[in-house]
Amino acid sequence: MKVLWFAWLRTRVGTGEETIALPDSVTDVAGLLDFLAQRSPGHAEALKNRNVVRVAVNQTYVKPDHAITDGDEIAIFPPVTGG
Amino acid sequence: MAVRVQREDFDIGAELDALTRDRHDIGAVTSFVGLVRDIAGDARIGAMTLEHYPGMTEKELARVEAEANARWQLSATLIVHRFGRLEPGDRIVLCAAASPHREQAFEACHFLIDWLKTSAPFWKLEDTDKGPQWVDAKTTDDAAAARWNKSQ
Repeated sequence: MKVLWFAWLRTRVGTGEETIALPDSVTDVAGLLDFLAQRSPGHAEALKNRNVVRVAVNQTYVKPDHAITDGDEIAIFPPVTGG
Repeated sequence: MAVRVQREDFDIGAELDALTRDRHDIGAVTSFVGLVRDIAGDARIGAMTLEHYPGMTEKELARVEAEANARWQLSATLIVHRFGRLEPGDRIVLCAAASPHREQAFEACHFLIDWLKTSAPFWKLEDTDKGPQWVDAKTTDDAAAARWNKSQ
């Protein structure tokens, strides 16, 4: 599974893109964030406050209970500040 | 209908001219242009870098534009949004709406900028005299976007 990180979440995690093997036990977005938070202290720091974390699956916004599969493109980023 | 995400600057006059040229059904065109300010709170801004999510950015802008066209009677719409390094005074974004009548054009243009600010995946990193700072999302922007919710 491809995981993309943007803005200050990217700088905390230390990379903009990583490929992970999705464990069978992880079936939705909330579970994925819990799993990713264990990968490094930077990941844990980035995902500490879930209120400021937005998730897109295959380039569409989703909620924490959204189901995921190994072929999905996951993007994790803070609230947007364009315009 | 058109959306563009680009590093280069845009020419406002040329964009609006292209939007309405040979379209005699259009009676009104409104536009919004966002610029880089040199002050954020008490920090001076030397430059900013706009990061985005290629692919999803275009999809979200197209979704916002389609929603505007579903809500108002519009003859043409345009969103141009820049990314990369920008300096104070530089143009960031152009939203334009054309319609037979002004009310539709004014409201749709206001909607375009309010909605894209809270949905299009862009992030601003400001280069300030206090060091680089990621811009925080504003609750006032959420409130501005929520004004357009149909349930209200």
